[in-house]
Amino acid sequence: MGRYVVRRLLQMIPVFIGSTLLIFLMVNVMGDPIAGLCGDKQCDAATSAQLKKEFGLDKPVWQQYLTYMGHVFTGDFGTAFNGQKVTELMATAFPVTIRLTIVAILFEIVIGITLGVITGLRRGRPVDTSVLLLTLVVISVPTFVTGLLLQLLLGVEWGWIKPSVSTDATFGELIVPGLVLASVSLAYVTRLTRTSIAENRRSDYVRTAVAKGLPRQRVIVRHLLRNSLIPVVTFIGTDIGALMGGAIVTERIFNIHGVGYQLYQGILRQNTQTVVGFVTVLVLVFLVANLLVDLLYAVLDPRIRYA
Amino acid sequence: MRGGTHAKWAACAAAVALAATACGGGDSGGGSGSSDGGAVLSSSWGDPQNPLEPANTNEVQGGKVLDMIFRSLKKYNPETGKAEDMLAEKIDTTDSQNFTITVKDGWTFSNGEKVTAKSFVDAWNYGASLKNNQKNAYFFGYIDGYDKTHPEDGSKQTADTLSGLKVTGTNTFTVKLNQKFSTFPDTLGYPAYAPLPQAFFTDHAGWVKKPIGNGPYTIESYTKGSQMALKKWDGYKGPDKAQNGGVTLKVYTDNNTAYTDLMAGNLDLVDDVPAAQLKNVKSDLGDRYINTPAGIIQTLAFPFYDKNWNKPGMEKVRTGLSRAINRDQITQTIFQKTRTPATDWTSPVLGKEGGFKEGLCGDACDYDPAAAKKLIKEGGGLPGGQVKITYNADTGSHKEWVDAVCNSINNALGNDKACVGNPVGTFADFRSQITAKKMSGPFRAGWQMDYPLIQNFLQPLYYTNASSNDGKWTNKDFDKLVNEANAETDTAKAVEKFQQAEGVVRDNMAAIPLWYQNGSAGYSERLSNVKLNPFSVPVYNEIKVG
Repeated sequence: MGRYVVRRLLQMIPVFIGSTLLIFLMVNVMGDPIAGLCGDKQCDAATSAQLKKEFGLDKPVWQQYLTYMGHVFTGDFGTAFNGQKVTELMATAFPVTIRLTIVAILFEIVIGITLGVITGLRRGRPVDTSVLLLTLVVISVPTFVTGLLLQLLLGVEWGWIKPSVSTDATFGELIVPGLVLASVSLAYVTRLTRTSIAENRRSDYVRTAVAKGLPRQRVIVRHLLRNSLIPVVTFIGTDIGALMGGAIVTERIFNIHGVGYQLYQGILRQNTQTVVGFVTVLVLVFLVANLLVDLLYAVLDPRIRYA
Repeated sequence: MRGGTHAKWAACAAAVALAATACGGGDSGGGSGSSDGGAVLSSSWGDPQNPLEPANTNEVQGGKVLDMIFRSLKKYNPETGKAEDMLAEKIDTTDSQNFTITVKDGWTFSNGEKVTAKSFVDAWNYGASLKNNQKNAYFFGYIDGYDKTHPEDGSKQTADTLSGLKVTGTNTFTVKLNQKFSTFPDTLGYPAYAPLPQAFFTDHAGWVKKPIGNGPYTIESYTKGSQMALKKWDGYKGPDKAQNGGVTLKVYTDNNTAYTDLMAGNLDLVDDVPAAQLKNVKSDLGDRYINTPAGIIQTLAFPFYDKNWNKPGMEKVRTGLSRAINRDQITQTIFQKTRTPATDWTSPVLGKEGGFKEGLCGDACDYDPAAAKKLIKEGGGLPGGQVKITYNADTGSHKEWVDAVCNSINNALGNDKACVGNPVGTFADFRSQITAKKMSGPFRAGWQMDYPLIQNFLQPLYYTNASSNDGKWTNKDFDKLVNEANAETDTAKAVEKFQQAEGVVRDNMAAIPLWYQNGSAGYSERLSNVKLNPFSVPVYNEIKVG
C-alpha cells in the first residue's frame, strides 16, 4: 500500500510538469499581454518595456517557465496585472469554489445515488422509466440553459432566491448554483448506480445474503450498494476536478467570484501568472482526487489490494 | 422555429423537475435585498484592470471610482461637458505655454490633510516618472522636462521631477509646457491630474488597498475583485455634495447577470445594458432606461504602413468603402439606436462650440451603393480583391456589426466575397497585432475621449506618430493645421483650425467614421435624477434614493 502510494506520487511529477508547461505555452502563444493593458490606446513604448521587465516578459519563454516554476516551489505564484498577489486571489477564490463543489457533490451523492438505487431495484417500473427520461432531458440540456432558466424563474419571476450570489457566497446561496453545476453529473451518477445495482442484484453473493435471511435493508446497503458503488466513486472522484475547473459557466451566470471567474478574467487579460497558477492548483486537485479514488477502491472492495 | 419551441418545452420540463428537488433541499430565501440605511444605492461594476492610482487608471471601471473620490482643478459639467473650475481659483497665461495655477483655499483630503499646490505637483511628478509604471504618463508629455523623467526609448530616466513644474507658494504653482497648447487648462479635469495626499507616497501599499481622495465620497471598504462600498463624505466642501448616503459597487462578470439582478430588485443601477436586452429594455424599465450620447466614436482605421493601402488613388477606395456602409440600418437593427450614424470624426457631446460639426463628412459618409462601386473602381479596386475587417471577438458585440458592415459592402458592390470579418480571439491579442503593425486591411478602432475637446479626437489619432495613430497615417497639412490650432489663444479660432484639419482627414478618408456610441443605463424605482456624463459614467453624486 505504502509503496503504491509512493509510486503514484512519483507518477504525478511528469504529469504536473507536462500540464503546467502546456498551459504556460498556450497562454504565451496568445501574444503580448501588455498590449491589452492600455485600452484602445497604445501603451507608450517606455512604460510597456518597463512593465515587461517587471513581469519578466522580456526573457525567452523557456527561461520564463523555469523562473516561474522555481518561484512556484517556494510558494510564490507571482503578481496579477492589477497588482494583487496570485496567492491572494487564490485565497479568496478557492474557498468559494470549494463550497460550490461541496454543494454539487452532495447533490450528486444524495440525489444521484438515491435515485439510482430506487430505479435499479425497480427496473422497468414507471418510476424507473420516468427517472430515466428525466435524466436524459437533464443530460441533453446544456448547463447554461438550466442555469439561466432557474435564475430567471426562481430569481426574477418567483423571487425565491437572489439571482446573483453575494461576495460572501454562503452555503445557502450556493444551493441553486450547486444544483445547476451538478445537474449533468447527477444524471450520470443516477444512471451509473442504476446499471450497477441492477447488474449486481442477480449476483451470487446477493442471492446468498437473501437466502441467509438477512433483512432487506442490510442486503441492499451492505452487500449490494457497497459493491455497486465502485464505478460511481470513480466517476465522482474525477468529477471533483472537473467541477472545480468547469464551474466557469455556472460562476458567470450567478456572478460567483470563484476560480472560474478568476480564470475567465485571467484568460481575457492574458494574465499568464493567474491562469497558470490557478490551473496548476486545479491539476494538483485532480491528481490527488484520482489517487484518493484509487485508494477508496480497496476500502469498498476487499478483493482489491495494492502492492 | 418548431425546433426552438420543442427545445423550450424540454428545458422547461427539466427546470420544473430541478426546481422541485431544489425546494426539497431548502432555499436560501433571499428576497429583495434593500440596503440598510435607505439612502445607499448599489451599482454594477467591473474589476478595474490596474491598481486604482489616478495616473494609472485608463478604463471606465476604475475611472468610476476616481470620479467619486477625487476632484481635480477642473471638472467637466455632466451635462454640457464644459470644463469648469473646481479646485482651480484661476489659471493664467499670456503665451499659451507658461501657466500660473492658483488652487482654492480650504479643500482637504478625507484624512484631514490640506490640498495645496504641492499635492498637485507631487502627484504629477509621480505620474510622469517612468519608474512608477503609470499608464497615463503620456498625459504629462506636454509639460517641460517630460523627456527627462520619461525617456521615450526606455533608457534610464535622468530626472525624477518635471522641470516645468514649480511650487511658488502654498496655493500656487507654475507649469511650463514644451509647446504652445492653448486648451491645456481644459484638459485638467482628467482624473490623471488629480491631487494626491502624502499618504500615497509614504504608505503606498496601504493607500492602494484603500485609496484616500478629496472627492464627495470616501471608500468605506474595498474587497478587491468583488465589491467596494463608498460612503458620502460629510466633510466635503465642494459645491457638488453627494445627494445619497453612499454607493456600493458590485463586480459582475457578465452584464446579463447584472441586468437580471436589476429586474429582481437586487441591484439599483446598471450602467451597461447588455446588447441582447436592448429589444425589451423599454418594456422592462420604461422611462427608467436612459440612452444619451457619450464621447465615443467607432471608426475603421487603415494600415498605412501597407503599400496596398497607401498608394495614390486609394483614398477613393476608402471613400468608396465608407459610402458602401449603410450606417442608418446597422445602428437601428443591430444597436437598437444606441449608436448614431457618424457624420464627422468627433462626437456630439462636444457641442457646436466645442467643435462638433454635423455633416462635416458630407457625401463621403452617405450611403450610396452606386457611387461606392464607381469610386472603388476609379481607385483601382480593392487590394487583393477583398477587404478583411479585423476586430476582437471577445467583447462588445463587435462580430455582429462587422458582419453587418461587410454585408452592406458586399451588397453595394454586388460581390459576396468583397468583404469578410477577421476575428481575433482576445482584446490583448488584437492590440498586440496592431502594435506589431500586422494589419493587412481595415480594422476596428474605437476612441473614447479623455477630455471633451476637439483636439482629443484628432491629435492623438491622426497626428504623425501620435500615441494612438494605429494606422500610422501621416499628412503634413494635417500636422501643420493642428500645430496652428494649438498655438491659437482664441478658442473659437482654434476650433475652426481643428475643423480644417478634420477636413484633411475627410479628403484622405484616413479612417472611416462609423457611429457615435451612446451610454446606456437602467435603474430601479428607488432612484431618481440618474444621469450619465459625457464619459458614459453615471453622475453618482446627483442620484437621489427613495
